Amino acid sequence: MRIGVFICHCGSNIAATVDCPSVAATALTYPDVVFSTDTMYACSEPGQDAIIQAVKEKNLDGVVVASCSPRMHEPTFRRAVERAGLNRYMFEMANIREHVSWIGKTKDLNTGKAAELVRMAVEKLRRDRPLLAKRFETTKRVLVIGGGVAGIQAALDCADGGLEVIMVEREQSIGGKMAKLDKTFPTVDCSSCVLGPKMVDVAQNPNITLYACSEIESVGGYVGNFQVTIRKKATYVDWNKCTGCGLCTEKCPSRKHPDTFNENLCNAPSINIPFPQAIPKKAAINPETCLMLTKGKCGLCAKVCPTKCIDFEQKDELINVDVGAVVVATGYDLFDWHKYPQYGEGRYPDVITSLQYERLLSASGPTGGHIKRPSDGKEPKNVVFIQCVGSRDKSVGRPYCSGFCCMYTAKQTILTKDHLPDSQSYVFYMDIRSPGKMYDEFVRRAMEEYGAQYVRGRVSMIYPKDDKLIVRGADTLIGTQVEVPADLVVLAVGVEAAHGAVQLGEKLRVAPDQYGFFVESHPKLKPVETNTAGVFLAGACQGPKDIPASVGQGSAAAAKALVLLSKKELESDPAVSRVNPARCVGCGKCAQTCPFGAIKMVEDRFGNPKAEVIDTVCQGCGICTVTCPQGAIQLEHFTDNQILAEVNALCPPKILANCE
Amino acid sequence: MPAQDSRELRIVGFLCNWCSYGGADTAGVGRFIQPTDLRVIRVPCSGRIDPLFVVRALMNGADGVLVSGCHPRDCHYSEGNYYARRRLELLKRFLPITGIDERRFEYTWVSASEGQRWQHVVTEFTRRIHELGPAPLFNPVSEADWNALALKASQGLGCSCHG
Repeated sequence: MRIGVFICHCGSNIAATVDCPSVAATALTYPDVVFSTDTMYACSEPGQDAIIQAVKEKNLDGVVVASCSPRMHEPTFRRAVERAGLNRYMFEMANIREHVSWIGKTKDLNTGKAAELVRMAVEKLRRDRPLLAKRFETTKRVLVIGGGVAGIQAALDCADGGLEVIMVEREQSIGGKMAKLDKTFPTVDCSSCVLGPKMVDVAQNPNITLYACSEIESVGGYVGNFQVTIRKKATYVDWNKCTGCGLCTEKCPSRKHPDTFNENLCNAPSINIPFPQAIPKKAAINPETCLMLTKGKCGLCAKVCPTKCIDFEQKDELINVDVGAVVVATGYDLFDWHKYPQYGEGRYPDVITSLQYERLLSASGPTGGHIKRPSDGKEPKNVVFIQCVGSRDKSVGRPYCSGFCCMYTAKQTILTKDHLPDSQSYVFYMDIRSPGKMYDEFVRRAMEEYGAQYVRGRVSMIYPKDDKLIVRGADTLIGTQVEVPADLVVLAVGVEAAHGAVQLGEKLRVAPDQYGFFVESHPKLKPVETNTAGVFLAGACQGPKDIPASVGQGSAAAAKALVLLSKKELESDPAVSRVNPARCVGCGKCAQTCPFGAIKMVEDRFGNPKAEVIDTVCQGCGICTVTCPQGAIQLEHFTDNQILAEVNALCPPKILANCE
Repeated sequence: MPAQDSRELRIVGFLCNWCSYGGADTAGVGRFIQPTDLRVIRVPCSGRIDPLFVVRALMNGADGVLVSGCHPRDCHYSEGNYYARRRLELLKRFLPITGIDERRFEYTWVSASEGQRWQHVVTEFTRRIHELGPAPLFNPVSEADWNALALKASQGLGCSCHG
């Protein structure tokens, strides 16, 4: 075998702490290495051309590149090697940047380590063999999980691109958090007027099937061919018949159920349509408070319903669908501010969250758009806003900035002045973060035109006095303590990952980060992809995002899904397991352990049981290889011999030397 | 870094491609300085790691072996790390019987976002191996040596060559 080795300088990234020419010289002493050189940027066009040229001139059978992480540039170099006429699997990479030059400062230690990593790659490559990909067909259908604005945008774009879309929403209606907002920053236009038409488009688009009140039960399969089971939860109303007339909700005698759409500011009937613009506009019964379902008597809704759609016997339903790609748009939840003792931990009814305030401002909210404080229904005069509640605060485990709270607080001060002209808003803030288009101008307007008082400092405590709440905090700009008597305190709560996101991530095999947001494939270059092929991210499930960013990412995820499924066939990764029938004893252990069901038991021509790998289903994890007592099933490109060769390259076998 | 004061030791790391290898990359991108003793072998999944790889490395004279995969419930292949956990835990309990100091082997879980944690894991493990010192030479020359070793191991005494 003839191997060529290329040691990349990566500018000074590697060359600064690794002696690249000396590594290249050492590599030349390794078995089968016939050519070795160092290069400034192996991934650049001249760098790749040099590899191709060397393959042709030196008649190489395999290439080792020592440079950055294979998670970064392995595909790049594989393509280059393929252009040079080799099989793309006749290539190995040694990671001497992330694993050497960037983490060690001592040049000779680094150089030695780099040379050893190259040696490992050479030893592995000597045992590589060409692999050819199989092709398989895909299902031209996309699953969108989550019906917030990001999911809606992704679904509409996919549907417009000609794909069938299955949208699954946990709540009774799509719209997500945006549907609850009164106005949006920095244009102060009506939120539901912008979102409403899009929601209607979802309902009317023939390519979109919407499952509300539903959750993902399980996900199987692989890119291009996922099998998804959806649990459609019992709503006790036959949605095929329900017209959304609302007669039942008027007559329902139970009002114990907190109105989640209105952020629990008021109660809702047990049979309810969450809001007038809801899509689908169908009623659903809350089984916890419905008198018929809890006590077995009432049934008033069933009596008044003109279409006879109430069904108290309804059960959860499981629906199976096949899809080719998945867009995850599960959004976010607001931080539970009750962890803050200084803000009363929920003891004071007039301390509310920003989203509750949004419902108070909204004309479709519980007060019809009149700002009334929850305790006595009076109009507040002094409204105090406290920023960074559950963001940029290590003490509650939320050290990150939630990004949009500064902006929605500015919007709410402006709306407060619009609603109550002789009111005064105070904002306690740490910094103002308003980097979007027209965002900083908007915050300035709130201060200068609408007279919101911005106080730079944290609030140490809130305590009640007469019918007011005294907000005591610091003003760090003038260096004093301040106390503001407030009629209403609004907490600008931060963002955290949606509850249940981690469990969904497990089903989709998408990893959450330390805060529960889903991890993208690459923070800069693959912001909507995940490490699971065919699963894309949109909106705040990936990290805090405002509406424009969520919409943008929704479209981006849709574009990625469309690109994926625009191909007639996809190529499977040929690095899959392979059975040696001569060694296989047909015990079936591999088939039992395979998490993908990629191994089936067949009979050979003598009737003996043998394992067989279904190429396009195998994901190449290699669990079977370790399980096989015979060593009969080997994961290509990561065979036992290859990994042991790497071990031997690092620690030369002493015992064998003695035995020989 | 105190672990590096003396000469470099031989530590082999088996890392799953999706979590820990990514975590090691993240540590590199974050320029989190680490001891250089560890060399990484990339495998697709911690479930791909045959305990025999670990034993082979130790028999060949590695001073330490570190295995790292995705956190349980977080596996890219849904359950590979559960298989890994079972196998590696058994291996850890079995190593003393073979006469190998089980402190020379460790397995951990590091996700792709945990660069800082990876730095910590590597630094701590390297420090531990340096405290244990280089692995004693495991170099039986004759069949009689082997038999003596086997006898000692069967009596649960451990072997002198591996401390």
